[in-house]
Amino acid sequence: MTATLALIGVSAYYGAVQALRNVDLEVNPGEIVTLIGANGAGKSTLMMTVCGNPRARAGTILHEGHDITHLSTHLIMRRGIAQSPEGRRIFGRMTVYENLLMGAEAAGRTDTPALLEEMFALFPRLRERIGQRGGTLSGGEQQMLAIARALMSRPRLLLLDEPSLGLAPLVARQIFGAIRELNERTGLTVLLVEQNAYQALRLAHRGYVLVNGAITMAGTGTELLARPEVRAAYLEGGHA
Amino acid sequence: MLSVTGLTMRFGGLKAVDDLSFEAAAGEITAVIGPNGAGKTTVFNCITGFYRPTEGGIALTNDQGVRFALDRMAGHRIASRAKVARTFQNVRLFAGMTVLENLLVAQHNVLMRASGLTIFAVLGLGGFRKAERRGLDNARHWLDRIGLLDRADDMAGALPYGAQRRLEIARAMCIDPVLLCLDEPAAGLNPRETEALNALLQTIRADGCSLLLIEHDMGVVMRISDHIVVLDHGKKIADGTPAEVRADSAVIAAYLGEGDEDEDEAAA
Repeated sequence: MTATLALIGVSAYYGAVQALRNVDLEVNPGEIVTLIGANGAGKSTLMMTVCGNPRARAGTILHEGHDITHLSTHLIMRRGIAQSPEGRRIFGRMTVYENLLMGAEAAGRTDTPALLEEMFALFPRLRERIGQRGGTLSGGEQQMLAIARALMSRPRLLLLDEPSLGLAPLVARQIFGAIRELNERTGLTVLLVEQNAYQALRLAHRGYVLVNGAITMAGTGTELLARPEVRAAYLEGGHA
Repeated sequence: MLSVTGLTMRFGGLKAVDDLSFEAAAGEITAVIGPNGAGKTTVFNCITGFYRPTEGGIALTNDQGVRFALDRMAGHRIASRAKVARTFQNVRLFAGMTVLENLLVAQHNVLMRASGLTIFAVLGLGGFRKAERRGLDNARHWLDRIGLLDRADDMAGALPYGAQRRLEIARAMCIDPVLLCLDEPAAGLNPRETEALNALLQTIRADGCSLLLIEHDMGVVMRISDHIVVLDHGKKIADGTPAEVRADSAVIAAYLGEGDEDEDEAAA
């Protein structure tokens, strides 16, 4: 079986600072895979590198068997990869509707009305705000918009960077539920970064632990949850 | 201490805050929670002078009994006179300045006054030197408390995310506020960093500073708040202690949702 995404010996840099060290990682079709690690370990960089910014300076990135290491970002998107980036990055001067259209447009999709209805079912708040400019939304609403915009392209691989950031507990739970549902129903493949390691490992089929840009551990969600060193570093000391 | 009465904020046809009244007591941590888009940050922006309320009053009475009408004061005076400090949802440090410089910028007003239009500073007169020393001591004190003393000369932008968030709180504390307003301080922090944040906020409260807190992490809100105000669609739907709010059916329906077994299990 060809992996949906495979990183082979990938290294990435910001200037002279090495952010990813010889990373090997695989995401198989229909899998939810999560990256666990401290702030600054390189989780977001890994996602950004898949999208070509920063570029991998060493190693190979394969999407469904094709080498995308040197492909432009918009061509990577056209292959059915979508990202909901850290920090939302929605288009502030465009309306909610236009932001959502951009998601579909960038991937060349034409079935927008049906896609829009799906997004509004997932985030009713976006329907209420449809004509409002993205920049005037509250932080949490912008997060919903960023996720919905990514889903508008009906990606085969969804890169989600801290989807629950700034969201009310109820909405965060709905999003995790929606990811699981999309995964089970449509086989959506997901690479997920999340501060709430417990939630992420519960949701994911497999996880990787990233320390200082290098992968130090890998396993199923249940396996990693049981590892004392994972519990000590990423799970304990919070959340009652 | 902080008294908000009949606060309304309109943006065109949109009523972001609708006739909101609540009190925050001195020496307490008051949390403002509610669904996304409920108007929480708008309330903060009204209190700290970023917006002028459409209607209603915001009054702050400090421990000397001096009363400030925040709804009629300019933003910079709310910080310098009424001593209200804040942080933002997204990190807004001066990324190209060092950690120490970020804390000194916060004390700019005090230092400028002492510098006598920079003349005293250039001449190196005693008054300015003393003020500068105090400013540095204050900065060092806060760096020590947030565990960043050894990073004082690094660029703020080079710190890990969790440290940047702590530095923002320290920068706000450097104006010696009576009220500190924090907008989602735990967002993006891992459980361990969140624990450290809880401890830091509790020591700030113990020092006598009141806190107003917007936060979605119930591990923070329920654990350290003395009093919680819940907003939905710009209106207050509940107001009480953590135990009261947690059991409130309207809050569960609008915000918390049913069942927290997941998190309980994680903590076990």
